[in-house]
Amino acid sequence: MSTEITHDGHDAHDDHDHHGPAKGLMRWVFTTNHKDIGTLYLWLAFIMLLYGGSMAMVIRLELFQPGLQWVEPHFFNQMTTMHGLVMVFGAIMPAFVGLANWLVPIMIGAPDMALPRMNNWSFWILPFAFTMLASTTFMEGGAPAFGWTFYAPLSTTFAPDTTDFFIFAVHLMGISSVMGAINVIATILNMRAPGMTLMKMPLFVWTWLITAYLLIAVMPVLAGAVTMMLTDRHFGTSFFDAAGGGDPVMFQHIFWFFGHPEVYIMILPAFGIISAIVPTFARKPLFGYSSMVYATASIAILSFMVWAHHMFTTGMPVAGELYFMYATILISVPTGVKVFNWVTTMWKGSMTFETPMLWALGFIVMFTIGGFSGLMLGVAPVDTQYHDTYFVVAHFHYVLVTGALYSIIAAFYYWVPKWTGHMYDEKLGKIHFWWSTIAVNVLFFPQHFVGLAGMPRRIPDYSLQFAEFNMISSIGGFAFGLAQVFFLYIVIKTIKGGEKATDQVWEGATGLEFEHLPSPPPYHSFTEAPPVK
Amino acid sequence: MIFNKFCRRFSVIVGGLVSMLSMSAVQAEYELNMTQGVTPIAHDLYSLHMLVFWVCVVIGVLVFGVMAYSILHHRKSRGAQAANFHESTTVEIIWTVVPLIILIGIAIPATGTLLDLEDAKTDAEITVQVTGIQWKWKYTFVDDDVSFISSLAQSSRDVIKDPTGNENYLLEVDKPLVLPVGKKIRFLFHSDDVIHAWWVPELAVKQDSVPGFINDSWATIEEPGVYRGQCAELCGKDHGFMPIVVNAVSEAEYEAWLTGMKSEAAAAAAAADQEWSMQDLLAKGESVYQANCAACHGPTGAGIPGAFPAMTGSAIVIGDAAGHIDIVVNGKAGTAMSAFKTQLNDVDIAAVITYERNSLGNSVGDTVQPSAIKNAR
Repeated sequence: MSTEITHDGHDAHDDHDHHGPAKGLMRWVFTTNHKDIGTLYLWLAFIMLLYGGSMAMVIRLELFQPGLQWVEPHFFNQMTTMHGLVMVFGAIMPAFVGLANWLVPIMIGAPDMALPRMNNWSFWILPFAFTMLASTTFMEGGAPAFGWTFYAPLSTTFAPDTTDFFIFAVHLMGISSVMGAINVIATILNMRAPGMTLMKMPLFVWTWLITAYLLIAVMPVLAGAVTMMLTDRHFGTSFFDAAGGGDPVMFQHIFWFFGHPEVYIMILPAFGIISAIVPTFARKPLFGYSSMVYATASIAILSFMVWAHHMFTTGMPVAGELYFMYATILISVPTGVKVFNWVTTMWKGSMTFETPMLWALGFIVMFTIGGFSGLMLGVAPVDTQYHDTYFVVAHFHYVLVTGALYSIIAAFYYWVPKWTGHMYDEKLGKIHFWWSTIAVNVLFFPQHFVGLAGMPRRIPDYSLQFAEFNMISSIGGFAFGLAQVFFLYIVIKTIKGGEKATDQVWEGATGLEFEHLPSPPPYHSFTEAPPVK
Repeated sequence: MIFNKFCRRFSVIVGGLVSMLSMSAVQAEYELNMTQGVTPIAHDLYSLHMLVFWVCVVIGVLVFGVMAYSILHHRKSRGAQAANFHESTTVEIIWTVVPLIILIGIAIPATGTLLDLEDAKTDAEITVQVTGIQWKWKYTFVDDDVSFISSLAQSSRDVIKDPTGNENYLLEVDKPLVLPVGKKIRFLFHSDDVIHAWWVPELAVKQDSVPGFINDSWATIEEPGVYRGQCAELCGKDHGFMPIVVNAVSEAEYEAWLTGMKSEAAAAAAAADQEWSMQDLLAKGESVYQANCAACHGPTGAGIPGAFPAMTGSAIVIGDAAGHIDIVVNGKAGTAMSAFKTQLNDVDIAAVITYERNSLGNSVGDTVQPSAIKNAR
């Protein structure tokens, strides 16, 4: 295998100085290199994870026991809102874009992304957007406090002046995402090595291609929603103001027309990651590759047709409710196909359980639990009881934390030896997995119970009947938060050093990045297209 | 002797443990799962919930079972050799079609329940209009001309730092909604400001109250009792502090309550025609202020900078009384300040304005009489 690799990365540095990275801070500011930009995205995502996580700690602290002990209700609402915004737009989405930057070119045998300068720009918008968003916390009126879904008119007529900073920040995030998505599409469609036909692409590339189309389709819708908010607030329009003939429920339709595909933007790349990891550690090819591609595409198409299942209590006509119920529960079919395919990939394999595989297995089990609660939520009449309770909170944290975040962490452990040339510390990685997995279930599983028992979401204080489960949940929350600080230590330790990784890294690993590149890969890889079988 | 003593103690301990366990089992049943409720719809929702839940459990056991089996048996450390199969159209079709059939099995009862749940109009006997207001509920019995506001009870507000021992903390109100059992009650939902959601789990009613819209829902309560709920849609700062209490009683008790409410309203109207002393206005004004104004403008009138203006030293409050009356009575368009003419009676508004002008660090020195409010309406 190693004979196919023509030169080592470090030798390349010595031979061609101009191919290496620039020195100092300016390397990162001016970089157009997909690996550097991928690294920047991943670090931004990690910083945002810790920032958003620290707000979750404030939330869990206040909810540790009944009564208001630590923060005021207005500040509590700022915490839940900013936690949601930062985790969705700052942690999960940039992490996936970072992975796309690092992996898509080396998976399809391209020298870089198709539009490298735009790539630099789409990253560097984000730190400014998030600094602006975060700065509202220190302004008069405070940070956004109307929930990450910012329903009008709470976010228009009834919101403080700082909301305009929020609107501008969301616009910037949208621009960044759209540019990133254009780049991914252009790269995948134009820069595949000869022989890398679409149906030979790794599933991570496939899922990202479809995700990129979703991004281009829906981020402008979000931009439209915040622009309408802006004109309602300042330029005398009444899109969402009933007193002026507008419609507050229309805001929700527009928001969720963005918001539901957004949910799949945050999970489709995760499907790609799991489809890469499971075959490697089962030493068996992925079962049903083409059905995986078709399932991903059907999920993406269905995601545009189910948005109003977030709105079963808004007073929709019953025909609308029936349609959205049927369409929603239908999504569990292609999603089920994926889970069945992963399980069948494991069947009669020769499995080992290194850290990436543990995170991937954790993903499959807990994402499926989140899928089950999703099916329950999709049944419109019963959603009357579930809607806006902690049952929903438990549901979407199972799909986003133990789903999306787990896949990102799995991807880190799986590819970091390739990226840095160092193996991570296997023992620490396993501790990280078991610690996180126990903590995250202590954190979120009891939230199903308090939700069913009647605890609404987004409340800073609750009646005494919910006390025990909230305390358990908070303890799990603190433990889970601490586990991610431990993860930071593992990341830094791995970058600084560690056992040298082989070029193939994993015994069962396949794909161009493992078969044709050294670990770490040279700064400019695949300047000549690799042969594709 | 000693052995006997030990036995007795042991049996006491065991007995105690058993009773504790059974108690917590009873409690756990209540806290772990959805309520079965006290309306026909609530029962239907509960059975539908359990049906989907058990479908999920069965599928989960199968999928995770197969997964666990391969994790245990198809591992390299056990010498498992990897097979190489990776495609089977037959299998893919089977696990697309079988879930589809299961879904149809869920969709059929769900459709029936949904149609029932949405049919609020047919044979409705009593109509109650529910208006969401930041952060309280207004109930209007449209056929009986009875209307009142229900907000979080003072006994909950008093213990907000440490509610230990206050059984219905955050789930108690000053004036509960009283409804008769055995009658189909149609609720109409509306909002004066932002979107709220009226939710009482035992009645299985959760419906958004949206400004500019009227939504409906219904309940036929089967058993008398006190049923508690909360606002379910984030509606601003005190979203967590606008509970709902429904007091379901016999029809006779309900009629008596309605009569009582009517005579109370008549007495309040009579009081509005009298001249009130400064002292009485201030005393009444304080309680009105704390219940209706303090959430935004602060218990001491300090407000929240950037979000809600202060009362202390406010130009409107210490300025001309007419301007002060206007903003309280008619509200301020485009802001969170609502028109209190729809929420409070003349005496309450006069009292709270007098209180604001002569307390909270202000000392204008004048009184505002209920008659002035009547004229301003």
